[in-house]
Amino acid sequence: MITISKTKSGRGLKDAVEKITGANLSMCLQCKKCSSGCAVAKLTNSRPSEIMRQLHLGAGNELLESDIIWTCVSCETCSARCPMGIDVAAVMDALKKLALEKGASKQQGNVALFNKAFLKTVEVFGRTYEMAMIAAYKLGTGKFMNDTEKFPTMLMKGKISLFPSLRGDRKTVKRIFRKTAGRKESGQ
Amino acid sequence: MRYAYYPGCSAESTARDMHQSTLAVAESLGIELVEPKGWTCCGATAGHQTDRLLATSLPAANLVKIQNLGLDCIVNCAACYNRMKVANYEITNNAEIRKNVSDAIGQNYDGSVKVRHFIEVLLEESNLNQIKKNIRRKLGGLKVACYYGCLLVRPHEMLNFDDPENPKSLDKIVKAIGGEALDWPYKTECCGGGLSLSRTDIVVKLTDSILEMAKNSGADCITVSCPMCQSNLDLRQQDIKKQKSKDYKIPIVYITQLLGLALGISSKKLGFDKLMVPAWNILDKAEVSANG
Repeated sequence: MITISKTKSGRGLKDAVEKITGANLSMCLQCKKCSSGCAVAKLTNSRPSEIMRQLHLGAGNELLESDIIWTCVSCETCSARCPMGIDVAAVMDALKKLALEKGASKQQGNVALFNKAFLKTVEVFGRTYEMAMIAAYKLGTGKFMNDTEKFPTMLMKGKISLFPSLRGDRKTVKRIFRKTAGRKESGQ
Repeated sequence: MRYAYYPGCSAESTARDMHQSTLAVAESLGIELVEPKGWTCCGATAGHQTDRLLATSLPAANLVKIQNLGLDCIVNCAACYNRMKVANYEITNNAEIRKNVSDAIGQNYDGSVKVRHFIEVLLEESNLNQIKKNIRRKLGGLKVACYYGCLLVRPHEMLNFDDPENPKSLDKIVKAIGGEALDWPYKTECCGGGLSLSRTDIVVKLTDSILEMAKNSGADCITVSCPMCQSNLDLRQQDIKKQKSKDYKIPIVYITQLLGLALGISSKKLGFDKLMVPAWNILDKAEVSANG
């Protein structure tokens, strides 16, 4: 059963999600192909088709606490199989963005922290730099020992570089981050 | 033929083997690859999960550099390929995005650089003929599970890569070099992709089911063309062994590594030494030592 709380405007997050994705959520037929193909739906309490329905019915910020938002692996099977051509995976991305903007997110795992650490190294070095990214990520999670047993072999095999590559056009990348950083799309 | 080649960040770290084998195969087939100077990160999954404009501008900064070279772009990393094609699609079909991206990268870019995956180029008739002519070692019926994952095939309307539910591109290459491409159902399942560090629990579950299906289908190895798929399926076999006491020992090799072997290139040059699960069974079939 799906329950939603009524928002003041009665439109909830629907407009913001449609604005970010360009999708028309009212096209959803509730055929549930997105949920049946979803790689992680059996691991979560919420399913993509339920999120679509809740948005359609005018759900508000409480929707941003759904565990599927941060469990979604961006495999895009949902988008590929939607008979109405709705980019459901983009809806999940939009909900991630809104969750962070509104500080409403009850996150599963540390996906947002990882994304932040990843993009920070891109912003600074122009290309990803695993050592810095992993250090920043581990500092954030406090789980220092995860995967450490693999590091020596990966270093030896050259799968992790000690030093960053500085041959990228860092100036343009910095400009992109400056121009796009902190854009709020919730319209609130 | 001459192409611009965008290696992607993984080429300098987790996927050096993919990069090395791509260069070696291209050289062997007479395909000239030009690395655009100053290329930068495509933003990957973290980019599109964070902001649509950021995720479109990061690939566009590279595409505009390639436009200045006047060449088509070849990408071998499925993730970079995906981001570049999606960026091109968005920029071509959405005037507002085009304007905002051009503003963000400081140059006008109209989405017109042709982006191709290396596999698509390899499957051109002339290159396929060249491959067949230059085979030095047959793979001796090696049973290969061709694994495409997500980023090569979805979203289909933007990528136009093969059939999104039952792709056969990798299968064609495997057959051309004397391997047996298995008919198996998990070609386009998801390995967990970019969530390897942030949701290792999910990645372990998903890779376990893919490896199990490959094993049950009789695979000697799995071939991929995506650094995330390779790394997740290869690296996480250790975690699966620890957590679930299942020791698959299935080598996860890039298609360019298999192809390179068949073309007579040394296993060292193709980066076989970088695999976490060693590929002795493949090297034995190809009748070469690991030292090449």
